[in-house]
Amino acid sequence: MINITTPLNKGTYKQPNIYGYYGNYGGAYIPEMLHRNVEELRTRYLEIMYDDAFQKEYKDLLRDYVGRPTPLYLAKRLSKLHNTNIYLKREDLNHTGAHKINNTVGQILLALKLGKKRIIAETGAGQHGVATATVCALKGIECVVYMGSKDIERQAPNVARMKMLGAKVVPATSGSQTLKDATNEAIRGWINDPLDTHYIIGSVVGPHPYPDMVARFQSIISEETRWQLKEKTGSELPTHVMACVGGGSNAAGMFYHYLDELSVQLVAVEAAGHGVNSGMSAATTQLGKPGILHGSKSLVMQTADGQVVEPHSISAGLDYPGVGPLHAHLYESGRGTFLSATDDESLKAAFELAQLEGIIPALESAHALAALHQMKFKTSDQVVICLSGRGDKDLATYMKVMEGNVM
Amino acid sequence: MNRLEELFTRKQSRILNVYCTAGYPQLDSTVKVMKTLQENGADLIELGMPYSDPLADGPVIQASGSKALENGMSIEVLFQQLKDFRKEIYVPVILMGYMNPVLQFGFEKFCQYCADAPIDGLILPDLPEYEYETEYGEIIQRYGLDFIFLVTPETSEERIRKLDSLSRGFLYAVSSSSITGSDQDFSAVETYLERLQKMKLKNPILVGFGIKDKHTFDMACSYANGAIIGSAYIKAIEDANDVETATKTFLDTILI
Ligand SMILES: Cc1ncc(COP(=O)(O)O)c(C=O)c1O
Repeated sequence: MINITTPLNKGTYKQPNIYGYYGNYGGAYIPEMLHRNVEELRTRYLEIMYDDAFQKEYKDLLRDYVGRPTPLYLAKRLSKLHNTNIYLKREDLNHTGAHKINNTVGQILLALKLGKKRIIAETGAGQHGVATATVCALKGIECVVYMGSKDIERQAPNVARMKMLGAKVVPATSGSQTLKDATNEAIRGWINDPLDTHYIIGSVVGPHPYPDMVARFQSIISEETRWQLKEKTGSELPTHVMACVGGGSNAAGMFYHYLDELSVQLVAVEAAGHGVNSGMSAATTQLGKPGILHGSKSLVMQTADGQVVEPHSISAGLDYPGVGPLHAHLYESGRGTFLSATDDESLKAAFELAQLEGIIPALESAHALAALHQMKFKTSDQVVICLSGRGDKDLATYMKVMEGNVM
Repeated sequence: MNRLEELFTRKQSRILNVYCTAGYPQLDSTVKVMKTLQENGADLIELGMPYSDPLADGPVIQASGSKALENGMSIEVLFQQLKDFRKEIYVPVILMGYMNPVLQFGFEKFCQYCADAPIDGLILPDLPEYEYETEYGEIIQRYGLDFIFLVTPETSEERIRKLDSLSRGFLYAVSSSSITGSDQDFSAVETYLERLQKMKLKNPILVGFGIKDKHTFDMACSYANGAIIGSAYIKAIEDANDVETATKTFLDTILI
């Protein structure tokens, strides 16, 4: 059992204080209409999550249904290219093709424990929507997924998957019609139907306790990495762990069990879009200022007047103007190294991995791979990259690249 | 005695609070709309500051906010428009908005500008009571502004009492756990309003969300001190050529 009553401190990287703060970021900036639901979650999530029976059911599903542990794979040809040792944590091999399901399996079990009868979710690339629709089908629960109408167009295969799984996909037509607006609609949907509905947020964003809860469900990534790396190298500790950051859930999972290991460099890679200063970017820590979005205080891309701006990334899963409060804290405190990769660099990295290792990555994950070129490694370094998802959903984009002979 | 106190001392029932969006329908119509509301029976005005991500607003108010932002509205511009507005507007005015633009403007500077205008109170739905108590409440009070908390049918009695004790001006009773402008069954609302009425709270109660016509206004007023009309009013002026006539026609149907 872990310590449930955190003191009123500034929180640690691994655990925010009881009001949900990691340093200066976090909290629960929610309208009163959501108070009851969020308070119920806040007071119960740890007690439910760390109940032995819950843990057993969660771990059993991860093994038998999701297919965990995912392999930790030494990518030899990629390592040779960078003259170091690069391991891929193969979240792309999870059922439904990304890390997102680690969280949805956990949250659906939690929703059932809370007696909820209906699930809502937001989705960007559609991976979280598919992962949510999947666990709802598994448990026979009604599922509604909010998705920006622009994303519905560019992620058609995932929309079809959600529908086949029995979920209702509701287009978010407000604002930029992407992930930010889908999240607004999901929150409004929750306000409208608060009693029987649980909102499964797909990243380490939202009001406390979501960032902490999602980080804990995703922490299975680094939990496995530690023993897998030990088997392979004799040490649980790599020199670097790297992950792409949209809201930051695969990065939070990849970093989690290394947060307090100061010898391990934590490298977060954001989407630079056309370039950080191009006006078409989603590199939140570079471009954002402290603000409040979707219920927590964090770094937010916004105008001088405090209007949230529409970000740009070729990858729908990274096309978000905010970042989880844990990451804002990692950035501000200097514990994390924040890099960014452009659309073009990421496309190039996707083809590089495909042709060096026979693995087609998701465009999101390709951002983490692209950042390898910005790093200076020693030959003795042990680098673990979270390969957060597979590229099937991005084939249309990859096909355009091949037709245009861009590569 | 501030304007809100003065209003609630003078009048305890059928208080009509109308919501309008700053910079809507035109950028510089803000004061004109408030004046028309005042002339046609509004006792109190809730002036919305538009935001790109208004989580607690329904589609009608969202659309008015987007339009206002397109028109060029911002907090900076709003305070310019409010420079001499007290020459014309004597009813209490409270600003409603979201925390992010206010934080960017500077929270204390915002309160100071409100006090100078002068604005009478604030509704910031995403400023929770914990943050209010530890950080922002002190600043709001220092500038003599009233802060209005919301309660909903899901709010426990204990919490209602707490929010009532923190609230100044009035307490905003959200008529259902639902977004502004949505339709609903009013009988459940009556049970809830009756419960609030029996609690004998310190603040006057105004009911908001879903108040859209004479029937719902009268219903709310039979349990509370008054009600707030938002989406229905915005809808009434949405396509109007002449906002003044549309406002008069709309408020007449409520107040007859
Ligand atoms: C494969 C993949 N990786 C990464 C992300 C980004 O999300 P997060 O930063 O929460 O891991 C997404 C989001 O859709 C995704 O599908």
